[in-house]
Amino acid sequence: MIQIEGVTKTFSSKSEKIHAVKECSLTINDGEIFGIIGYSGAGKSTLVRMLNALEKPTSGHVIIDGVNISALEGNELRKKRMKIGMIFQHFNLLWSRTVEKNIELPLEIAGVPKEKRKAKVHDLIRLVGLEGREKAYPSELSGGQKQRVGIARALANDPKILLCDEATSALDPTTTDAILDLLVEINRKLNITIVLITHQMEVVQKICHRIAVMSDGEIVEVGTVQDIFEQPTHPVTKKFVLSSNEDEEKMLKDLFSLCPQGMILRLTFSAAISKEPIISNLMKKSPLDISIIHANLSHASGGSFGFLTANVTGGEADDYPELIRQFEKQGVKVEVLRNA
Amino acid sequence: MLSFLNNVDWNQMLTAIQDTLFMTFFSLLVSVCIGLVLGIILYVTQEGGLYQNRLIYRLLDLIVNVLRAIPFIILLILLLPFTKLLVGSILGAKAALPALIFSSAPFYARMCMIALTEIDKGTIEACKAMGASNKDLIFKVLLPEAKPALVSAITVMGISLIGYTAMAGAIGAGGLGYIAYTYGFARNVPEVMYTATVIIVVIVFLIQGIGDYITRKIDKR
Repeated sequence: MIQIEGVTKTFSSKSEKIHAVKECSLTINDGEIFGIIGYSGAGKSTLVRMLNALEKPTSGHVIIDGVNISALEGNELRKKRMKIGMIFQHFNLLWSRTVEKNIELPLEIAGVPKEKRKAKVHDLIRLVGLEGREKAYPSELSGGQKQRVGIARALANDPKILLCDEATSALDPTTTDAILDLLVEINRKLNITIVLITHQMEVVQKICHRIAVMSDGEIVEVGTVQDIFEQPTHPVTKKFVLSSNEDEEKMLKDLFSLCPQGMILRLTFSAAISKEPIISNLMKKSPLDISIIHANLSHASGGSFGFLTANVTGGEADDYPELIRQFEKQGVKVEVLRNA
Repeated sequence: MLSFLNNVDWNQMLTAIQDTLFMTFFSLLVSVCIGLVLGIILYVTQEGGLYQNRLIYRLLDLIVNVLRAIPFIILLILLLPFTKLLVGSILGAKAALPALIFSSAPFYARMCMIALTEIDKGTIEACKAMGASNKDLIFKVLLPEAKPALVSAITVMGISLIGYTAMAGAIGAGGLGYIAYTYGFARNVPEVMYTATVIIVVIVFLIQGIGDYITRKIDKR
């Protein structure tokens, strides 16, 4: 378990003090895939670097499995770091070493005997799917392959925790998906806790169990992906949720001009109810005409949930509030975008 | 057509080539060893370095800068008493070595520091994150990653050393520079000067070619 307790990090230069992380507290459970999302400069990189003491907190501490890592020095710190893998946006491989030698480096550092190192490297190469590329140099690999080397290297000393610092930000969408699948596989197979920081909503949405939203050095929201997606409260979170559903405003404008008549509703279906035929049931009962003008279904690790925009026309004035009541009765969140 | 070459004493020329090569490669070897150590110390003791130490850094930085600031011909003369004490003579190829090394080692130290500074900070951070000690970082990460830059710095220095040996030759160290100056200029036998010059150019091209080849071989970026 990772406990971040009231951690603050201040960088001071001659002219000013920069509060990169302010009074952050967070608990990350064993075996969890935990996402920290925020725009650049939000302090998430600094926060994650305090988990393996690459940065030391100005105040507060980080406790990993009962050990205050912020207080460790020298050999003890190095031993602890060996059990915390880390991967990076720009992979940070040694270009002078081949794939297998890169993966072997943490084992050399840990003092593992040569025979064991070879066997371990072989296993890791298979785990990340790089068979046949053992002798290649990083410059001969694609971005996705480089990150696979990064992941294998991070896992070499059987860590309990894997930190991912914008690990997919330099990759194209297809490669991002493949790397995320690999991370999920590793999380399941090896039961490793994964802490990943990103500015990409799709990433946390796809693989994270819980997420924290960071803004301006503070953690502004923590919860399951479901909760955060369905009920974002902080403005930054709302922006992330909206941006993940594309250019919301522009889309609404288009929809409004497309449907000049009637009421426009935004319906949010959560995972638990999204399999029920709610719409079709209500359509049969209601005297109103309901046409679906936009739909978006998102798949998160806990299940799917969706946003639906509907244009409601016809019927009597009383029918409209009744319809909204019916939706809400079924557990659908209703937002009136435009009144009839 | 090649009759003018009859004026060249080929035995003398061969000895001169040997002297030049000896001075160049011996001082190159020693300068690289000393410069590498100094460069690493400069790199690790600088602000934010692995073994940050203001005093050592300032002191070494000053020594390196001062030695690099003194023009070579003046350094040669300044070091004469020291050379006499160390080598026992101020004439001959051996006597040129102290001055050659005193000017080249700081130069290599600076080049070495630049090469190390250019290593990606992210790579160093990644290795720290995997639990590397400072010793691991220097020997398993920094030096191997900087290798191509370190080798091309040797090439650059080897070539400038040939130029320095010619200067040292002019004040009595022997070698191609010496005979080009004494025979070619002072005794007015231009054939000797031209021949010596051509040989120097060939040696420079060889060093450059070999250096480039090795750099290409080990550069996997």
